[in-house]
This record gives sequence, structure tokens and C-alpha cells, in this order.
Amino acid sequence: MYRYDEFDARIVKERVDQFRGQVDRRLSGEILEDEFKPLRLQNGVYLQLHAYMLRVAIPYGQLSSRQLRRLAVVARDYDRGYGHFTTRQNIQFNWVGLKDIPDILESLAEVEMHAIQTSGNCIRNVTSDHFAGAAADELMDPRPWCEIIRQWSTFHPEFAFLPRKFKIAVTAAEHDRAAIRVHDIGLHIREKDGVTGFEVLVGGGQGRTPHIAALVNDFVPETEILDYLEAIMRVYNRHGRRDNKYKARIKILVAELGHEAFTRQVNEEYAAQRSHEKIDLPEDEIERVNAYFAPPEFADKPAVSKGFERARAADPAFARWAEANLHPHKVPGYASVTISLKPVGGVPGDATDAQMMVAAHLAETYAFDDIRVTHAQNLVLAHVALDDLYDVYRELDAAGLATPNESRITDMIVCPGLDYCNLANARSIPVGQAIQEVFKDPDYEADIGKLHINISGCINACGHHHVGHIGVLGVDKKGEEFYQITLGGRADEKAVVGDIAGPGLKADDVPGAVKRIVDTYRDLRTSSEERFIDALERIGHEPFKEAIYAAD
Amino acid sequence: MPLIKDGTEAEDTWTFVSDEDELSTGGCISVTLARLTQDGDTLLSRNTQLGVRLSPEDDPAALEPFLDRLALIEVDFPKYTDGRGYSQAQLLRRRYGYEGELRAVGHVLRDQIFYMNRSGFDAYETARADLNSVMEALSEYSAVYQPGADDRTSVHALRHKS
Repeated sequence: MYRYDEFDARIVKERVDQFRGQVDRRLSGEILEDEFKPLRLQNGVYLQLHAYMLRVAIPYGQLSSRQLRRLAVVARDYDRGYGHFTTRQNIQFNWVGLKDIPDILESLAEVEMHAIQTSGNCIRNVTSDHFAGAAADELMDPRPWCEIIRQWSTFHPEFAFLPRKFKIAVTAAEHDRAAIRVHDIGLHIREKDGVTGFEVLVGGGQGRTPHIAALVNDFVPETEILDYLEAIMRVYNRHGRRDNKYKARIKILVAELGHEAFTRQVNEEYAAQRSHEKIDLPEDEIERVNAYFAPPEFADKPAVSKGFERARAADPAFARWAEANLHPHKVPGYASVTISLKPVGGVPGDATDAQMMVAAHLAETYAFDDIRVTHAQNLVLAHVALDDLYDVYRELDAAGLATPNESRITDMIVCPGLDYCNLANARSIPVGQAIQEVFKDPDYEADIGKLHINISGCINACGHHHVGHIGVLGVDKKGEEFYQITLGGRADEKAVVGDIAGPGLKADDVPGAVKRIVDTYRDLRTSSEERFIDALERIGHEPFKEAIYAAD
Repeated sequence: MPLIKDGTEAEDTWTFVSDEDELSTGGCISVTLARLTQDGDTLLSRNTQLGVRLSPEDDPAALEPFLDRLALIEVDFPKYTDGRGYSQAQLLRRRYGYEGELRAVGHVLRDQIFYMNRSGFDAYETARADLNSVMEALSEYSAVYQPGADDRTSVHALRHKS
């Protein structure tokens, strides 16, 4: 993984000093809260319902065990013993004191971490495929490009006060696990005539007005990508709406101008760049960053592990976990392991300091010191030998981290909702827990197979309900919480916004309605091989909508 | 309002004349882009220096024909959160080659000045930051990741200088 050189280290250190000064000036009253707000926001500090919240950047979801241990220490010493992994592959601490934040940031800087641009109207943490460098279906490892973009976007002087926040995602695999089509910019790494480049999609997003990103350029060569991104950003910075924050995302600019006019403006701006305006990313720099992501020294192993097969045959719980939580690896004899942070009845994405320590220990012992955070709010050990899986599993299980549900119905994306967030209209975590309760029988859940339920507590859609196979949106009607169900959304390479199924339901009716949707699927599927989302596409939404309202 | 220019406190010799006001007879004045494009020739034939003040929605390309005759361009930040002025500055400096004074006016705060400087501003009209704090803000970072309109060398270039 990437390591800071002297320049990176210095910039992050200087950021800590700068923020310490800003906090001092705020605490002394020299600057007003209103002026402090964008400063703290560009450093990941929010004022939440109950306290300050600190969001720490985990660039493209990549962590070393040393870093994860440090996060555990922050959770233990400054928070209430846990942290919350987010859909942007970051981590949030919900109960920190403002005066402690400079010390926390200093401690994080020691392990090459920061909170730069994790909020505010600027370019946010670049996200990526959580199986990057391990997945059998990727063209190449996208992480070097995420790192190059991270550096380019850090303190970019022109784009620090955009109309609204800005999110970039990068993938290099045909199966899109980074949800690039619902990002402000989605980049898909391609190869053309031996040259690496990017397919560029712009204007995706969720929130109040969900949009799927439009193709703006089918191939921008790698040495030109930063210049091309600058052209997009400049068009957005100059012409994005600033009169209404709900219309300020780039998706609205793309929609209002129209795909063609927007693309033309970007290409004109790009063509107008004079040679001295170009970033001219040096080939040497691309090579330098790539070198940090060289594959680890995998052992030469057979594709089948006798130990793994034996353990699977002997321990049904392990077999069930292995069935759900492993992902094929490009190297024979290895797998990628999902550590589920979605136990039934838990808070999705939460991990205690002790659990973080366990994951860090496992990464160090068995997984080349490499941990990922997924946008579905789980952790991943990207490279584990099949021979070691049973040992890994037993340690995970002892720490309450072996829920066998990756991409299954209880593996939900759920926003914090009314319990934590001052934007929310409705609770989301308790609704998610009530749905989990219905599907907690592991055999039942296994039979249902892959199915994404996403829950948001308001139309800002932090729980990604628009792109859940089943989406649940909490709304407030005259002081009472109601939940709208959407069907058929997805965030992958076939990204589409789900359809609203009909009138909202009361919280108590949601689990039953979801169960009827699922049982309708089980009745109508061609076989258990046909996934829920494929059955929905084949059959249409009608029978499922009927099922929602078919309460006895 | 206090003016900080080229790293010192400077006397402000300029007057901004809004579209509703009559032009004064002497002294350095700056006008809106609309007035400049309408009465450019008359204004430029005056015996004093001329400047222009851009609003966020103005297109700096419209200044191209005037650039070598303008002694001041003011870029207005009505709210510090409106970042369009950074793009205007970058365009003026790097694309159109403007070399005169580029002044940030309006809601100019200490913690925006680093970005302003990197985007090409060399003067700041601000009631919210004194000289010391401006100089401090300009020196908070010793390395930068992007080329800009200032004279800092980007980290890319430093890493690979041969």
C-alpha cells in the first residue's frame, strides 16, 4: 500500500498545526462559528445531534494493521469504545470533544492518516473497489490512480469552495463494486492499444434527485486524466448552481444543461488549456505510485486447500460462513474475506476498539497487513490463504465478527437516522434491526441469496435506498414516521434508481412487507440460482408491489 | 478597508464606482465589467489608471481585449463560500496572462487566503485578517500537490527533478 514520502508527511503534519490554530481561534472567540464551520468541515468535523463528530479519511478504504490499531486507540481513548465505518469507506467517531480533535489528528498523522476534505464543499475521499488488487475480474489495480487523484485533489486551490460536495470513485473491474455510476465522477480504467486510460462518467448521485452518471468521454489516456478532471471541475465550479443547495450537485448541472451541452463545455475547456496550464503528470510519478501497490509475495499454492476442505466438511458453521463471505482471488490458493459488521441486532458499520484490534491482528498475521473498508460498511482482508481460513474464522467468530451474510439480506446499508443525525426525519437503525430479525435464520437467509436492502432516514439518501434491490426511505408525515419501499435499484454496472412501490408503511409494517416481497421472489424464481434482482427484472415489479400491500 | 498587497499593508488608491454612480473626475477607478464593455474606449482615454471588478458570474474571457490596459482586477467574493473567484483568477493569470494587480475583495477571510494566493491573487482587501495572520496563512504549507498561479513548485516536480 501507499506510504507517505517526506512531502506527504509534511503536508499532513502542517494540516494538524493549522487545524490546531483554527480550533484555538474558535475556542478563544477570535473567529465566529459561522466562519469556523467551513474550516472544521474541510477537516471532517461535524456538529451532530449530541456532540461533535469526527470523520477520518480512509483513502479508497485502504488500511494497514498499524492504522487500524490507531483507530481503535482513538475509539477507546476519545470516543465511547467504538467507531462507525461509513459508505464512503471512511470512519466516524461520534462522541469526540472539539478540544481533543487536534490531538487525535496528531496521533493519526503519526500513522499517515488525516481527516482532510472528509466533508465540506470540496473533493472528498476517493473511493474504489474493496477487492482492488485481489479480484479475479479486474483489468489492473485501481488504487494507484486513487492515490494520484487523492494527492491532486488535496488542498486544490481552485476547487476548495465548490457549489457542493464532490465525490469521485474509481474501478477497474467489469463488475462494478465501487458504484461509480452514482458518483459525481465515476472512472473506469480501460486499456486501448496498449495505453491505460479512463472511461469518464459524470453526474451520478443519490439524494433528493437521484441520477445515473452520463458518459462524457469513453477514453482519456492516463497521462491526461488529471487535466481532464480539472476541466470538469472548472465547468462545475463556474456554472454549478449556488442558489439552492439541493440543486447544487453536478448531477443537476448535467441534467439542466443536457448531457451533450455539458460534454461540449467540458471538452471545450479541456481543449482551451494551454501547455503551461497542464499538470503534465510525469510517467515517473505514475510508476512511483504504482510501485507501492505491487502485489505481495504470494506463496505457490494449489487451487484447492485440503485443510480448508476438511474444516468445511467438519464444521457446518464455518462452511456457511465460507459460502457467504469469501470472494474469489486472482491467485490460486487465496481468497478475499469479508468481515461482516452487520450482526443481527447490531448497528451496521460499527466496530468496537477490541474488534478493530482483532481485525488488525488477523491482517498482520494472515493477510499481508492489508485491510479494506467496503462501501457496504464491512471490512475485508483482501489476501488470505485458503489454508489459513479456518484459523481466521475462529478468531473472527470469537470476536463476534463472523456473521455469514456478505451481500445477503441482513447485510444492509443503513444510515444513522434520527438516532444520531440532525437531518433525519425517521429512525433507520431500529427498522433495519427489525428486518434482520425476520431473516435471522441462517438457512432461510442463505436460501434467499444475494439481496441488498438499503435504508435511509431521510431523502438525503445516505443509506443509498435508491440503489438498494429493496430500498426503504423514512419520511415524516405530520409527526409520524412512514417508510416508502422502492424496488429494483442497483449501484453496479447496471446501475438504476429503484421504483417507488406505493404509499408509505408504518415502521411496524415494514418487516412483514419485506418478508412478503422476499417470499414472492422465492415462489416465482426459476431456481435458487436466479438472484432476486434478476427475477425482478424478468418478471417486473407488479407481483412484488402487490405483495407489499397484501397484509392480512 | 485595509489592503494587504505583496506581503505588506498598502495604501488603497483605488475607488470602485458602481454602475449607478457618476465617474469622478480624477484618481484611479475600477468599474464593473458591464461598464467596461460598454464605455471601454471612453474610460481608457481618461488620463488615469483603470481597473475592473468582476462579479462571480462574470466571464473573465470578456476582459481579454482590455488586459494590457488594466492596472487592477478586483474579484468579488460576496460570500467566502462562493468559490467562482478562484476559477476567474486562475483563468486570468494562467490562460489570459494577466500580470497586473489581482485583488480579492468582499468576504475575504484569513483561511481562504492561501487558496487565493495559489490561484493568482496578490492583494487582499479584508477587515477580518491583519498582516500577521495573512503572512501566517500564506506560510502554513511548505509543499503543494498542484501547479498553480503562484510560484510554488508542485510536489510532482520536486519528486522527479532530474
